[in-house]
Amino acid sequence: MLVTFLDIVIAGLLLGGLYALIAMGLSLQYGVARVLNISHGEFIMLGALTTWAFYTAFDINPLAALAICGPLAFILGFIIHRTLYKRLLNSSGSLALFEGNSMLASFGLMFIVQNLALMFWGPEIRGYSYLAFPVDLAGAVFGANRLVTLGFAILIGLTFYFFLTRTRIGKAIRAAAQDPAAAGIMGVDINNVLAICFGLGAAMAAIAGMLISMSYPVHTGMGLEYTIIAIIVVVLGGLGSIPGSFIGGLLLGLIGSIVTYFEPGLALAAYYVIFILLLLVKPTGLMGKS
Amino acid sequence: MKHKPRLPQGLLTTGSITLTVLVLFATLPGYASIYTVILLAAIFMYIVLTLSWSIFSGPTGYISLASAAFLGTGIYTSAIFGKMLPLPVVVGIGGLASFCLALLAGALTLRLKGIYFSMFTFGLVELIKHLMLWFEINLTGTRGRFVIVVDHITVYYVMLVLLALTILTAYAIRRSKFGLALQSIGEQEEAAAHTGVNVTLVKVSAFAISAFFVGATGAIMATRWTYIDPYIAFNYLFSFMPVLMAIFGGMGQLYGPIMGATVFAYLEEILITRFPYFYMLFFGIILIVSVLYLPNGLAGLIQGWQKRVWGARYVHP
Repeated sequence: MLVTFLDIVIAGLLLGGLYALIAMGLSLQYGVARVLNISHGEFIMLGALTTWAFYTAFDINPLAALAICGPLAFILGFIIHRTLYKRLLNSSGSLALFEGNSMLASFGLMFIVQNLALMFWGPEIRGYSYLAFPVDLAGAVFGANRLVTLGFAILIGLTFYFFLTRTRIGKAIRAAAQDPAAAGIMGVDINNVLAICFGLGAAMAAIAGMLISMSYPVHTGMGLEYTIIAIIVVVLGGLGSIPGSFIGGLLLGLIGSIVTYFEPGLALAAYYVIFILLLLVKPTGLMGKS
Repeated sequence: MKHKPRLPQGLLTTGSITLTVLVLFATLPGYASIYTVILLAAIFMYIVLTLSWSIFSGPTGYISLASAAFLGTGIYTSAIFGKMLPLPVVVGIGGLASFCLALLAGALTLRLKGIYFSMFTFGLVELIKHLMLWFEINLTGTRGRFVIVVDHITVYYVMLVLLALTILTAYAIRRSKFGLALQSIGEQEEAAAHTGVNVTLVKVSAFAISAFFVGATGAIMATRWTYIDPYIAFNYLFSFMPVLMAIFGGMGQLYGPIMGATVFAYLEEILITRFPYFYMLFFGIILIVSVLYLPNGLAGLIQGWQKRVWGARYVHP
């Protein structure tokens, strides 16, 4: 009984760590840059498939691929914000209008990235084996790769938290999240900060993709599912709250694990039920400001 | 002395053109190839989806991503009742089922504004899809269902009737007080409420009316696919396509969504079998270009051009 319980909780945390990482990236993009980035999952897919390609073609360690994927995704995200979303922000009259327009543009981005990847990699499902040996945790057995994933998710979450609270750029980002106009007056280069946020979000997505590829099969159409999960977690944790996203991710992972134990087919449906109930009852989420 | 009521000139020309086009389409299966008939039915489907989407989302600015839920409801109606009931009844039930779903969803989402509404509608599609999948696998023991086959000419005529009804409804709403109320909600919801518009009622009924046509379309077009499962019926692409087509066409005029849907439905037809990835890629590029450079879509482009040629006085606002 206790082992079953531990099984469920640890499996939930392992899943939740991944969800938290994915959601933190989106939270940054939506909470600060105000872009509900539907193409978030496509950056996860890019991270996952490049890691796979590096590992199978050049035998590059997946964890080392982080040093390549992360910065590349950051630059890509930075450029996309600088060219596309900055222009939209200037041309949209109000913030509500910008949110709508930027969401539609991110739909376009999703189609573009996904189909470029399809042309390049094709639709096949791929996977590789890395750190797949079992580890015994108080009687419950898990793959080492999953534990590494959770460790990385927590490490990146903490690093990121200190980055936001302790550094100058982090403070500028938080100021921009609270009030972009006032932050601009106080000397924050607002366009730069928003682009950095978008780039960081993309980098976190790519890193999450790298971690996903270590434990799950990957393919070019995998993105949207993760986008949806990220949106659910961000709403659960509270829009714009990074700690909220982290806690929300772990919570959703636990819920998923519990539901899967009783009725595997209903895990995704349970997410949507929570999501819809949340939107109806408390759209500000667990830690969001009203 | 009172003026005699007179039909405005513009309405008369528009009316006669519409009538000619309608007669042309109604007699088309007599002289056109079966390929044309099939292609036109597909184009009609996209026009109905796009136009219904723009009935609600155009004036109010609420971006709904629920089209796939309504279409899927219609598709499943057809799969369940197709064998027992006559076709027009099935199509009617499909429309009504979607209408009720939209009433329910609309009543629930009244408090949600802007982007939250989009997220909710998107979640709704996925929720129904997964519940349906679970239901089919665990309770009916199958994954998919077969739909009765209806001949292409019948499908074509049913779609033509639905198209005519949708255009008529969209036109009537635009010209009515109801349409004006929708417009005022889009401009400033609180102000609309203060001027005496029953915001709730207007929003929910517009949402439900638009869902009716989508559901009916799903019920008739399902006969084309012969086999369906939740992934086919509740394909999220059917939520995205109408949005893109409407934005590309422009929602300021009635002909905007019609043009947008026609262009893309035709492009899909010629591109998707040979270059499927290329088609979707193109789709994404057009969406971004439209959002960036064509805020009023093709219709806005045409209007701008008309203004330059004839001067502002002769162009409909």
